[in-house]
Amino acid sequence: MTERRLWSWLAVAMGGLYFLLPLVGMFDFSMRMQRDGYSFEAYRVVLADPQFQQTFGYSVVLALLTIVLGILIVVPTAYFVRLRFPGLRPIVEFLTLLPLVIPPIVIVFGYIRIYNTSSVLPMTGSWWGTNLLLLFGYATLSLPYMYRSVDTGLRTIDIASLTEAAQSLGAGWARILAIVILPNVFVSVLSGAFLTFAIVIGEYVFAALLNVGSFGPYMVWMGGNRAYEPSALAVVAFAITWACMGLIQLFTRFSKFSTVRR
Amino acid sequence: MTTSVASLPAAFKPRQVLSWFGVAPFFLFATLFLILPTLNIVLGAFRNAEGQVTLENLGKLLAPSIRSAFWISIELSLLTAALGCLFGFLIAAAITVGGLPRPLRNAILTFSGVASNFAGVPLAFAFIATLGRLGFVTMLLRHWFGINLYGAGFNIVSFLGLALTYLYFQIPLMVLIITPALEGLRREWREAAESLGANGFQYWRLVALPVLWPSLLGTLALLFANAFGAVATAIALTGSSLSIAPIVLFAQIRGDVLNDPHLGYAIAFAMILLTAIANAIYIFLRMRAERWVK
Repeated sequence: MTERRLWSWLAVAMGGLYFLLPLVGMFDFSMRMQRDGYSFEAYRVVLADPQFQQTFGYSVVLALLTIVLGILIVVPTAYFVRLRFPGLRPIVEFLTLLPLVIPPIVIVFGYIRIYNTSSVLPMTGSWWGTNLLLLFGYATLSLPYMYRSVDTGLRTIDIASLTEAAQSLGAGWARILAIVILPNVFVSVLSGAFLTFAIVIGEYVFAALLNVGSFGPYMVWMGGNRAYEPSALAVVAFAITWACMGLIQLFTRFSKFSTVRR
Repeated sequence: MTTSVASLPAAFKPRQVLSWFGVAPFFLFATLFLILPTLNIVLGAFRNAEGQVTLENLGKLLAPSIRSAFWISIELSLLTAALGCLFGFLIAAAITVGGLPRPLRNAILTFSGVASNFAGVPLAFAFIATLGRLGFVTMLLRHWFGINLYGAGFNIVSFLGLALTYLYFQIPLMVLIITPALEGLRREWREAAESLGANGFQYWRLVALPVLWPSLLGTLALLFANAFGAVATAIALTGSSLSIAPIVLFAQIRGDVLNDPHLGYAIAFAMILLTAIANAIYIFLRMRAERWVK
């Protein structure tokens, strides 16, 4: 028994060393911009960089739009599949898992071939079109996370009764979805949303290949041209990931609590 | 408004047509931004510039530079999948059946959730800051222990460096997936084995591992696909100096080299094929695993 515990501590300690050192190294490096000791100079330089503000702001807006689009596509689908088309379930599940199977670089390659300037739908030809295509691309990448969390949320509520009750009060489909179903699964939607946010903020391949100036390409550009600022950016990105995952934990705990009470 | 409740449900049955409008946007979206682009790649891999069906593009994959890029990619993905499985398994075993305090288990699972999503560009920066030429650990080893990593031939911009970096998201993914399977091992099995005189090693070899092996192999396949599709980490770390399949495809799309779109199709098709096979293995083995671990 004690021998087993010794091995366990050893495994966790080795793992801890491997996982903590890069975080320490990243933080340490980001603080060394000034030669006379630790300082937040790299963070100050990065945060004051207008290009950082612009690209980061762009990525945040894009991430929020992705979440909205994801909700608009996924919530009605998950709802109707559960309520009316249980037979479609395997197909929808398969489709939503595809973005995890097909490498993102292949998906974006497909976009460039189909929606290029000489195609039927030349989305990459205009500024708006390109941004829209990126938005659709990110919504595609977020499908697996969004669908899974919304579907899990729907499982915990009795959607058939809620629907009938709402209909007997004269509500139409849009109204039912917006003011009955969505609030009920909101906590689950949020966990999918935070994951989407974390993914979109740092995404590089889609943005780089569609030539869009978002946060990911900015980070890579920084990595090639500066020494200390990239580490500061990595710390910022890691903090965002932590914040998103922390919020997911918080909300899922909150949702467990509320289902127990119900 | 005195209609009896019993007669209501029939009247409330919404017309099926209306429900179709609820799922139609999803199918339209999936067709336009998931199925058609992929189909375009797959069909394009079998067509030449004039639109005729051909195997010529796939033949180009056999060119030495492309073949070696795929080979390095496969080696990298296999190595990081295998090591990720091994170390992830050890950590998961430690926090489930290893008798460690429960708060530690929860902390490690939460951290795994974060680390498995901490891939891409920032991860590469973290490793450059740690094991780069002027990195934290590089300097630490030189000043405290007199070990010169780079003098000994190590370089973060190399196969080994990339593998070390990939493990940062591979191990946590393994921990997340295998922990539930390990928790599914019933205590009675161990007690039964022990009462029949088995030692710890025999229990693992004859009881636990045979139950777990579909999960283990399945996760190995998933980790393989996970590493194989990763591009951003590799580009940010090596700046496309290490020629792995996704980076070759990236350069193809950018039009930096060769600029033959049909070779791009073929590379992309081969990548889909490999990740699809790996995922199919994962799904198949996962279904088998669920028979035991419930």
